[in-house]
Amino acid sequence: MMESAEAAQSTGLPVIGPEAITMTLEVNGEHRTLQVEPRTTLAEALRGPLTLTGTKIACNRGACSACTVWLEGVTVCSCMMLALDVGTRRVTTIEGLAKNGELHPVQSAFIEHDALQCGFCTPGMVMSCTALLERVPHPTTADVEEAISGHLCRCGTYPHVIAATLAAAKTRQA
Amino acid sequence: MIMATDATIRDGATRTEKFPSGIVSVGLREVERQVPLDEPPPLAPNAALAVIGKSIPRHNGRAKVTGATLFTVDVSLPGMLHGRIVRATLPHARIRAIDTAAAARHPGVLTVMLVARPDDPASAIVRYIGAPVAAIAAVSAVAAEEAAALIRVDYESLPFVVDLDRARAADAPLVYGASLGPAAEQSEIPFLAGLPVNGNVRGPAMDNRGDTTQGLAQAAIIVEGEFRTEVQTHCCLEPHGIVADWRPDGLTVHMSTQFTAGVRHELAQAFGLPLHRVRVIVDGMGGGFGSKSLLGNYGRIAVGLSRQARAPVRLILDRAEEQMDSGNRPGTWQRLRVGARRDGSLTAISLLSYGTAGITVGAGLGNNAQALYTCPNVESSQYDVFINAGPGCAMRGPGNTPGAWGLEQTIDELAERLAIDPLVLRDRIDASPTRREERRIGAERIGWQRRRPPAADTGPVKRGLGMAQSLWGANVQINSACEVRVMRDGSVEVLSSVQDIGTGITTVLAQVVAEVLGLRPEAITVRIGDTEFPAGPPSHGSRTTASITPPARTAAWRILQTLLRGAAETLHVSAADLIARDGRIVVRDEPGHGIRFEEAAALLRTDRISEVASRSDDYAGFRRRVGDAAVALEDLGGVQFAAVAVDTETGIIRVERVVAVHDCGRPMNPRQIESQVQGGVLMGISYALFENRILDQHTGRMVNANLEQYKLLGSRETPAIDVVVLENYQGQSATDAYGIAEPANIATAPAIGNAVYNAIGVRLRSLPMTPAVVLAALGKIPSRS
Repeated sequence: MMESAEAAQSTGLPVIGPEAITMTLEVNGEHRTLQVEPRTTLAEALRGPLTLTGTKIACNRGACSACTVWLEGVTVCSCMMLALDVGTRRVTTIEGLAKNGELHPVQSAFIEHDALQCGFCTPGMVMSCTALLERVPHPTTADVEEAISGHLCRCGTYPHVIAATLAAAKTRQA
Repeated sequence: MIMATDATIRDGATRTEKFPSGIVSVGLREVERQVPLDEPPPLAPNAALAVIGKSIPRHNGRAKVTGATLFTVDVSLPGMLHGRIVRATLPHARIRAIDTAAAARHPGVLTVMLVARPDDPASAIVRYIGAPVAAIAAVSAVAAEEAAALIRVDYESLPFVVDLDRARAADAPLVYGASLGPAAEQSEIPFLAGLPVNGNVRGPAMDNRGDTTQGLAQAAIIVEGEFRTEVQTHCCLEPHGIVADWRPDGLTVHMSTQFTAGVRHELAQAFGLPLHRVRVIVDGMGGGFGSKSLLGNYGRIAVGLSRQARAPVRLILDRAEEQMDSGNRPGTWQRLRVGARRDGSLTAISLLSYGTAGITVGAGLGNNAQALYTCPNVESSQYDVFINAGPGCAMRGPGNTPGAWGLEQTIDELAERLAIDPLVLRDRIDASPTRREERRIGAERIGWQRRRPPAADTGPVKRGLGMAQSLWGANVQINSACEVRVMRDGSVEVLSSVQDIGTGITTVLAQVVAEVLGLRPEAITVRIGDTEFPAGPPSHGSRTTASITPPARTAAWRILQTLLRGAAETLHVSAADLIARDGRIVVRDEPGHGIRFEEAAALLRTDRISEVASRSDDYAGFRRRVGDAAVALEDLGGVQFAAVAVDTETGIIRVERVVAVHDCGRPMNPRQIESQVQGGVLMGISYALFENRILDQHTGRMVNANLEQYKLLGSRETPAIDVVVLENYQGQSATDAYGIAEPANIATAPAIGNAVYNAIGVRLRSLPMTPAVVLAALGKIPSRS
């Protein structure tokens, strides 16, 4: 702690931790207050104190994208950032996609095209495919492949994920 | 050959029924079977059915796309502790002492447990990096990790070997017995099965018929080749994990498992509990592929921690632990010699193999060489080689997947040497009518007639076509039961301990029951993955659908008889004249006359009726049965075609298209089957081109124990995949359905290998076919080996 105190003096920045601190996150449109140690990742904070277990941890180092959430609408690996670093940015998780029980078109298309098997990578896949449609309303197959290129799926759902996302884009245009 | 047992020798009376039989695209005929009196009449071909054979969306799809599905890693119990395993840091060592004092003093730690015991000579030896040494339960995952780092293990390092070839040498360090007396040494080696052990080499397991020496002498042509396959890890996205809750009145575990009922048995035995005091539950299950079939060391450790700490314990492996100690597909070296006459007929097949499953056995090559082709003289000698690496285990098409890599390339080479098209050669030497039809369909789809001689392209990117075949036994679990319940309000439940590991059995069970009761599949509540329900089959060996759908149909059919009797009284007709259709019970010849299903249910004498049915033998008998496991008369086939482009400047192979033609008896849900076949093909491409567990020879450490350096196929390496599934009726059970998952994986790598040969004119014999391997084979860079 001495070192930290010295560091604080030299940088003028406040020292927090290692004990738990209180923070507020805006998740799925709600302000949620939680107590976590500063070393807690966003993925751990979502799954633990916020009990939003739809976000999955599979590799815990940014190699598989199972933990993908949106930060201000942009996809991030939530295992690769600290909850503390989110600040005031809006977090959207898989639980926040459906509105009043109505599925996002990508979610419906995933069901219709059987774009899931075991379902463990599915929340992350859905977050990336929905984000793609926000960014690129008329994506090509290559666009979808690129959007999910960081995602690993051991069941091999990629062909149906691509078909579902392209179909969802069409549904939205209609 | 095939010994059909007479169905009438089983308990209970039977009746004669006529079943549709054959492949629909070839033509159906009728076959007579003896059917137990308490089982339903034959099911019509899919075209005549309302729900079965249709692409019904997954029952649990909504829960999965909204993140609502509860996987084992998501289970949280009140007062739950977090477990952590301390693992060996040396590949071979004797543990002199373990100092747990500092860990025990950590404020978050509740209990510390030794897994390796320094005072016990057998238990004190660790044989691979990652082997469990001790375990901790603490108030948080972070506390458990901190405390684990405080445990000090005093090792005496022992010589080790992590390479298959080096381990076979006479002077290789011994994985077993280096530090033990000869007597103890024997007992330390797992699964001897009566086979001799020489140094690190156990075997051979032999399977011979005829006389191969004579067969080779009769051959006009002998093709010989050596092949290698690498170790592949399962890489389930959901790590292996368990939440164990030991209580005075019994044990409950939530576990990501492929076999709830089997884990219950293991737990009961390991902890001396009666079966009814052990409950195993799984809801969402994030992938297994063979590695989650057993309790595992982590499962035993978690339960031990829970018992010791008197609290629920959650133990989830991290990714490095997954890669080092959750199973893997063994690596192999194989030498094949195949002799044939000029017309292609085989005179001899000789297979010699050395495989390694690390510290355990099971690295054989399955039964392709023995059973795929007609050949009077076959010899196979298969050896297991111990190395200081984590134990292998079954992985999607175990044995046959690495085995097909060698055999199907050798047959391809034979065809070329004989100047016979590979499909024509197989028409001559493969007796399976199913695969014959699969070859015909696949050839048409891929455009086989466009296939050119090897290395026909003149530019740097060379394209080619290849094909290969799958062989897999149609497995059935006899110990499979299912309950169907109907409530007075018309609600219907189907219950079994069978688990849905992503294959879609939840939906298929709903389809089966809905078909019988004339309801929509959405109206059926499926409650599975809990040993409180009748014991279901494991989800491995491609046996789930074959094992659990017949009892589901039988139970639903018996329920229906009760409902029909009640309705018959109300409608003043005979129950025999009633059918269930479109949510109603109606008179067969007068569909306007009837009552709603709910009205029929309201006539029940009690609030709920229930029927439990179990899997009977296949109606024409099994090929063989050992304990709960049986193998159907007809094997599962599958033929795959691959189109590849090889960049001879970069060495990169792109698989451009795969056509996969498969059979699984009666297809229950075509889209789900398509998903599974795509998955098998993609795992096969990944095996062919990318995956490789790399162990450092100097430290024994896995250098790519993660998901970024252990390379897996992703979306950009995914080709167009055409899936065709035959309807292949055999009249063998109440549903006539079999499995698909494993055959879909077996043929892929050799189909790509044969396509690569067709593209570049050089045969690649080692997996994975990385750019370096391709360039070395083309003589553009020096070979590494």
